[in-house]
Amino acid sequence: MTPTQATARITYRIVPVKHWARWIAAIATAAVLVWIVASFAGAQIDWPTVGEYFTFPAIVSGMGITVALTVVSMLIGIALGVLVAVMRLSSNPVVSGIAWIYVWFFRGTPVYLQLLLWFNIALVFPVVGIPGLIEGRTVDVVSPFVAAILGLGLNQGAYTSEVVRAGILSVDEGQGEAAKALGLPGTATMRTVVLPQAMRVILPPIGNETIGMLKTTSLASAIGASEVLNEAQHVYLVNNMIMELLIVSGIWYLLAVSVLSVIQYYVERRFAKGSSSKALPLTPWQKVVWFFTSRRSVA
Amino acid sequence: MSIQPLVQLESITKNFGPNEVLKGVDLEVSSGEVVCILGPSGSGKSTLLRCINFIEQPTSGLVFVGDEVIGHRRTEDPEVLQQVHENAIARQRSEIGMVFQRFNLFPHMTVLENITHAPRLVRGHSAAVANEAAMALLEKVGLADRAAAYPRQLSGGQQQRVAIARALAMEPRLMLFDEPTSALDPELVGEVLKVMKELAAGGLTMIVVTHEIGFAREVADRVVFMDGGVIVEQGSPAEVIGNPQNPRTRAFLSRVLK
Repeated sequence: MTPTQATARITYRIVPVKHWARWIAAIATAAVLVWIVASFAGAQIDWPTVGEYFTFPAIVSGMGITVALTVVSMLIGIALGVLVAVMRLSSNPVVSGIAWIYVWFFRGTPVYLQLLLWFNIALVFPVVGIPGLIEGRTVDVVSPFVAAILGLGLNQGAYTSEVVRAGILSVDEGQGEAAKALGLPGTATMRTVVLPQAMRVILPPIGNETIGMLKTTSLASAIGASEVLNEAQHVYLVNNMIMELLIVSGIWYLLAVSVLSVIQYYVERRFAKGSSSKALPLTPWQKVVWFFTSRRSVA
Repeated sequence: MSIQPLVQLESITKNFGPNEVLKGVDLEVSSGEVVCILGPSGSGKSTLLRCINFIEQPTSGLVFVGDEVIGHRRTEDPEVLQQVHENAIARQRSEIGMVFQRFNLFPHMTVLENITHAPRLVRGHSAAVANEAAMALLEKVGLADRAAAYPRQLSGGQQQRVAIARALAMEPRLMLFDEPTSALDPELVGEVLKVMKELAAGGLTMIVVTHEIGFAREVADRVVFMDGGVIVEQGSPAEVIGNPQNPRTRAFLSRVLK
């Protein structure tokens, strides 16, 4: 605050920062995109075939199987994951030991191997069921679909349990103590106090793993489960439209992952309740609505 | 029949690994009495409080609260106590309220849900009954207008008052306070102490671990001074704070009352 400043005030012209790196990156990206698009356009790809096979019954039903495999395997994986995580943290050494061995085995072997193992499980257990009540030949019971669900679900459970365990450990110890002091039994404490708070830590990786699972289901084509990639292969082995059918299944995967991403966003939002003193930010959809309604009200 | 004290601690010891935190503490608290436990940090006062409701299991010694032996069940043989499982201890704990230094409200529940959670889940009260009781308690701690707020939207003093209401909702026969004002900004201490004074005046049995000498002097029926895992001195506030006999008590008070 010198007197000179007060008397002779200069009107400055503000020069914005130049984002040279952004421009270079944008131009480079555009060039690569043009090259890729040109390559595909120039290649022997019959685009009408892509459109035609996009809704081909076998492809659509294959996509249905892919989604079913994803949903069922993830449900098994999450249920097992929570159970095993709680077991790992148990003070009972037998219980935590069993959980440790489960995680050790299913995380320690490739999921592809596990799929083959379940598919051929009849070699070890020729019959399944409760003796005298329900019995069946394993080969009849463990279809490719069932084997895929067992393999993917059990493998997922091992990974999810580590995610859930980290989530449980992230919850402040004082929460469990407060619940204990109120006389809540251990199971109620876990279910109503610890796990709902752990969810905020657990959900983002679970969303990630669900998206991973959607794509991992393609491995089930190795044991003959008729998911979308398997169906695409069946088709191109007949008509030789290899690239076209791969593009068709690629688009289907991208579509499904996009839908999952939206679901993930809203589920995470739901569990953010009470996590901040501020109100939740608007969803993209709310922003769009706000953009139009607020403009109208101003005008 | 002689009048039994409500709380009776018998030679409580607690080790954390090689660390001896409590070295044999005996303490009796009568029904309706307010006992303040003072002492330097590391003296074992918080650990002693946590041993009373078995949040921390004592290494040895017994805790009697009313007819119950915490963590145990009496058997036909009067000289044999059966240790019980966690769920049975949970039932015993539901009779003892506890307020923590860092409030430990459940952040994913509203103020009202925080207070009604245990009465509904543990006591099986209906939502209507639990809500009505909770609103009465919120009225008592002066926060009836914040029933729908989430804990993070409240100040520290408000959170601690909700925590007190949450503990009271279980209608405990004994309340434990573990440094209830230590995490608060100085200007918020008063509102929490005011609620605690009202509870003391209402005849609630309270054991309070605190650094608030003024509160102890004004409200406590008895002051207990702990150091090095043992009770060094106890008596009325006038005796222990006004005219301490033990050099360790004197040294502590001269540091705190400076």
